[in-house]
Amino acid sequence: MPDIIYFDNSATTCVYPEVISAVNEAYSRFYGNPSSLHRLGNEADIILQQSRQIIAKTLSTSDDCIYFTSSGTESNNWAIKGVCRANKRRGSKIVTTKIEHPSVLECFKYLETEGFSPVYLDVEPNGQLSSELVRETIDNHTILFSFILVNNETGAIQKAEDIIREVRFINPNTIIHIDAVQAYGKIPINLLRLDADLLTISSHKIHGPRGCGALYIKKNTRIVPILHGGGQEKKYRSGTENVPGIYGFAKAAVKTNSAMQENRKKYKALRDIIIKGLSESFSDKFYVNSPSDGYEGILNIAFPRVKAQVLMHHLETKNIFVSTGSACSSRRNVQSHVLTAMNLPKENIEGAIRLSFSGMNNEEQAYEFIDAIKEIIPIIKY
Amino acid sequence: MNKKIIYVDHAATTYVKPEVFDEMRPYFTEYYGNPSSIYSLGRESKKAIEKARAQIAFYLGAHSTEIYFTGSGTEADNWAIKGAAYANRKKGKHLITTVIEHHAVLEAFEFLRKEGFEVTYLPVDENGIVDPNELAKAIRPDTTLVSIMYANNEIGTVQPIKELAAIAKEKGVLFHTDAVQAVGNIDINVKDLDVDFLSMSAHKFYGPKGVGALYIKKGTRVDSILHGGAQEKNRRPGTENVPGIVGMAAAIKLAYDNIEQNIKHLQNLSDRLIDKVMDKIPYVRLNGDREQRLPGNVNLSFEFIEGESLLLMLDMKGVQASSGSACTSGSLDPSHVLLAIGLSHEIAHGSLRISFGTENTEEDVDYIVDNLEEIVSKLRAMSPLYEDYVRKDGK
Repeated sequence: MPDIIYFDNSATTCVYPEVISAVNEAYSRFYGNPSSLHRLGNEADIILQQSRQIIAKTLSTSDDCIYFTSSGTESNNWAIKGVCRANKRRGSKIVTTKIEHPSVLECFKYLETEGFSPVYLDVEPNGQLSSELVRETIDNHTILFSFILVNNETGAIQKAEDIIREVRFINPNTIIHIDAVQAYGKIPINLLRLDADLLTISSHKIHGPRGCGALYIKKNTRIVPILHGGGQEKKYRSGTENVPGIYGFAKAAVKTNSAMQENRKKYKALRDIIIKGLSESFSDKFYVNSPSDGYEGILNIAFPRVKAQVLMHHLETKNIFVSTGSACSSRRNVQSHVLTAMNLPKENIEGAIRLSFSGMNNEEQAYEFIDAIKEIIPIIKY
Repeated sequence: MNKKIIYVDHAATTYVKPEVFDEMRPYFTEYYGNPSSIYSLGRESKKAIEKARAQIAFYLGAHSTEIYFTGSGTEADNWAIKGAAYANRKKGKHLITTVIEHHAVLEAFEFLRKEGFEVTYLPVDENGIVDPNELAKAIRPDTTLVSIMYANNEIGTVQPIKELAAIAKEKGVLFHTDAVQAVGNIDINVKDLDVDFLSMSAHKFYGPKGVGALYIKKGTRVDSILHGGAQEKNRRPGTENVPGIVGMAAAIKLAYDNIEQNIKHLQNLSDRLIDKVMDKIPYVRLNGDREQRLPGNVNLSFEFIEGESLLLMLDMKGVQASSGSACTSGSLDPSHVLLAIGLSHEIAHGSLRISFGTENTEEDVDYIVDNLEEIVSKLRAMSPLYEDYVRKDGK
């Protein structure tokens, strides 16, 4: 494969070479089933528990609150459906926002068929949830509130502590779930301070292997399993533990989290270069959809009278990979529900592309990107 | 500590064969695009998934559009059972399974029972086989699903799935088989069996953990159990585990390209073990059917022996075996499968499962037999029950 510029790290990342080695080592050495009583089973169990401790430490929580799953999607499904089914006697109102990932939105939509009443909150034009709206919406019958910490399309970071305080003030029994798939390893998450009941993370967004996610469950949270069987994960999540995947996840978590500050500085620089470069060439004929105080690693931009898909494909011919919105919905060919919820003008939405960085990107690539855009936009403008 | 390791717990899990990992490696590093992305890097991943799907379908006699990837065998079982029960609940709320299923099946049914479904559990005979007549009798007008495992994970018994599925089909009832222990170990053709659902798991046949699949016959009504992105034709969301899926396909190919040879080899090891143990150790019985069983499975009950002590002492000799299924080996309850085939609690407690893999050898078998002989006589020497029994027996 030729040299590529991969600016789509929110869709998925390449796996760190040392993580691949770790996974392979586990496939051939620590392959026992952690439930088995023999030595190989025991060794696998030790690796599993050590990995759990490592992940817990990166979130400043204790290891018995971390449960492994097969994906961020499964974690979100579990958190949302598991809480609803466990608390249906307490109420039926469930609240989320209009800028969630499909794995949250589709769960809420599905739960209508189980008799729950979902409410979807609007966000401000900067992608922020307003505290007033949260206060007005949460009531005595609200059993669940779920929100995305770092938005996958714009990078908007919610003021999670403020939001949680509002919810707790109105109804201390409302269970709070945070989808932190795009936040974990990207911005600090300290569960000693962040009073969430549930929090979702995923391995493949931080250079770990696919097929591996986790759900943080605060002690004594009322939740039931969604997968039933052998009773692994303290009877909460059945299925033979993916020890090699989890081992790789933990290795990736350590590396990504320790590089966080440095990476954010780097992304800020890349972002500044790109915005400055494009502003110089296109003056007011280009929009930045990402909030300036959002997560530096995601940059959503748009050009008037440009179709995002066309732009994306032209960039691809130059081996530059970006996306139009989230990968999960990019095959659906519909307008971004996130940008729509932010109430942005049509032009900002139609021509929107998302750049998402990783520590492997550099400034040279940012300049190459600007040059490519300068060449492409005049050709494709309608 | 003894350094020698003889792994004979392949029914619990297997290692990933190096040639399988070699196939997976490029999808970790080079072709890491998200298959849902519409640019070329994503398309490479998409292509790899579709190739893997076609390959798995080919070896199972399915059409590639009928194979759906999941995160595990447990998820595949949960999906088939809950998904079919919910999708057809207007037709009826009666479901049928057996008493010897894996917990992934039993617990899914238990969940549905609490949700208002009615579940009939079919018994098995002393060899662990389901009587087709019992199934025919159990089916009612409001029955919507039958789930019977292909091969049992503890005693290796292989069910007459084709015959059982035909009975369900005749009555218009959906049929699921948990084939987690069978896929990769024996020949399977879903069209010939004529089942509606079939679950499998990669880590039982030298593929990676964290990936399973469900065969869903075209046109079968089933609800999704996970909701989110539009992956797997809108039926199973979550970014596809491309390296895992590629590994599963590579492992299935490896298994089925050599299936006759593998079966012969495993059969030979099992026969050798059974013959030698029966010959050298008294008061032992083979659990499960002597003929209708997985080629690599041997399940033995030693009278007057605590299975846990036996396992521990074998472990000290490097032999990695199991007392039943791995999932329940942490608990002290005797195996529900052994009780279902009529064993008493005492005898069920003295059970040992050896499940061979292709890398095991005749020397491994001999080493196991030698150690078993020694350990069993040592443990029995400490048992007052055994002493009494032998005296009464006049030996």
